[in-house]
Amino acid sequence: MLLPVVALLSLTVGTVSISWVEALRAVVGSSSATQIDTILFDIRLPRILLAIFVGAVLASTGAVMQGLFRNPLADPSLIGVSSGASVGASLMIVTAGGFIQGSALVGLSLVSIGAFVGGFTATLLVYRLATSGMGTSVTTMLLAGIAIGALAGALNSLLSYFSDNDMLRQISLWQMGNLSGASWLKVSIMGVVAILLMGLFPRDSRALNALLLGESEARHLGINVQRVKRRLIVLTALGVGVSVAVAGLVGFVGLIMPHIIRLMIGPDHRWLIPASGLAGAILLVVADSLARVVVIPAELPTGILTAILGAPFFVALLLQQRKDV
Amino acid sequence: MTMSARGISLHLSGFDLLRNISLEVEAGKVTTIVGPNGAGKSSLLKVLTGEMPPTAGDVYLNSRLLNQWSLLEKAQMLAVLPQHTLLNFSFTADEVVGLGRIPHQTGSAKDVEIVAEALELVDASYLQRRFYTQMSGGEKQRVQLARVLAQIWQPSCLGEQFLVLDEPTSAFDLSHQKLTLDIVRQLAQKGVGVVMVVHDLNLAARCADNIVVIDGGVIAAQGSPEVVLTETLIDKVFGVKSIISEHPITKRPLVIT
Repeated sequence: MLLPVVALLSLTVGTVSISWVEALRAVVGSSSATQIDTILFDIRLPRILLAIFVGAVLASTGAVMQGLFRNPLADPSLIGVSSGASVGASLMIVTAGGFIQGSALVGLSLVSIGAFVGGFTATLLVYRLATSGMGTSVTTMLLAGIAIGALAGALNSLLSYFSDNDMLRQISLWQMGNLSGASWLKVSIMGVVAILLMGLFPRDSRALNALLLGESEARHLGINVQRVKRRLIVLTALGVGVSVAVAGLVGFVGLIMPHIIRLMIGPDHRWLIPASGLAGAILLVVADSLARVVVIPAELPTGILTAILGAPFFVALLLQQRKDV
Repeated sequence: MTMSARGISLHLSGFDLLRNISLEVEAGKVTTIVGPNGAGKSSLLKVLTGEMPPTAGDVYLNSRLLNQWSLLEKAQMLAVLPQHTLLNFSFTADEVVGLGRIPHQTGSAKDVEIVAEALELVDASYLQRRFYTQMSGGEKQRVQLARVLAQIWQPSCLGEQFLVLDEPTSAFDLSHQKLTLDIVRQLAQKGVGVVMVVHDLNLAARCADNIVVIDGGVIAAQGSPEVVLTETLIDKVFGVKSIISEHPITKRPLVIT
């Protein structure tokens, strides 16, 4: 319910402010002003849709990872996807330096492609390291994730060390997460991924519930734990990999949104995953709208605002919960 | 119909955990496994339930090799209660018990009914809406017991059902220990084969049709409580001097140490 309202409001804010009547009129297709049309359809609408899809994917994969690792502090970055993506992106920024703006391959920048490849490779590596004949150990996976993360961090520092001022700024801006590069192509790729994930996750939500009891308990409940694990990790790597490629590192959403939703509706994944997705989408739309207006005419990176908005809300929930107990 | 182990051995990282163990668990009977710490009781349960493949030998469930049943089919016939279950997420008791219904397609209305009945049976109805994370050890254990009971609540069309319990009474007070034994006897009367690891020999003697004594990875003795529980065996296996008497009411063997 809240999402369409937030999305519509978000259409109206920005460097050029547009009244909500005009925005609504443009959306239903009866606006006359072409300049407004351009701003809305070429700049703001794709950006808002991208925020919705990225937010939904990050938060729902966060919920899935926390269930899979039986750890409420897990998030997608644990399986190496963010650190890998970071290296991929930095590598592209440093090596391809000047070409980046010009050499857009089918509309996607080299940085995006580097980020996706880096993120996906790192996850695959972590998964391989933790898989033996006995199956995949989540503990080993956590440790391997930390090791790969450290290695990626070092590589990142190394790349930063060798880069000039301009590259450094690009790298750190990318790491803050930004939705300003939204295009209809990115929106459609992200949209397909988001819909795919939302369609496939419900199949495994009862398995995730059983997994909270433990892996052997889940097996005794008739669940093929290894297959579920592999499927969810691949889906998460895909979802987060694409998100990072189109929006950079947007922190906080994947870790805290599932947490907030769990405090509100409980840990049942049948509701937790879609509700987290929805909440993540709302948070990111709000954060991105604020990012566009707080320092007019410039813009803040979105990733900064997700944390600024979400953290106090989370703290308030924690305090309230403590009062209830 | 039975659940049976034929000549199983388990060899793990250089240690012989189990050597040539054969035993039969009959449907409708209660089998208890006793033995000193580290004797291999839990390893035996893990092999019996298919959690670990034996190094040698075979495990059968309803006269078919255990691993020839699919995971789902197995879950419809065999429920397992581990010694400890770590659950750090705030499910309510009825959500936890509801997880026991995952292998079945009986519809949510029926499941809700079964969950409530299972909780009632273990004297935990008052916990229904409470959070698992805020319960005491004994309450958690009862909720987990209700979960495995819910899993085999209705007979399966695939074959006889079995319930494996690893020290189910360890966290219980006297009245809940008795309740658990009553539930186990009741289940056996309904035709479920129960296997349970217990430490208290008198508890084992009171409810078992069949006692299996394990020591050092091999079977030291098996049979009815009257046959198995002797002063020499208890001295040999546990190194404790004892007197075997007769329970004044149940007429079962009574171990006095």
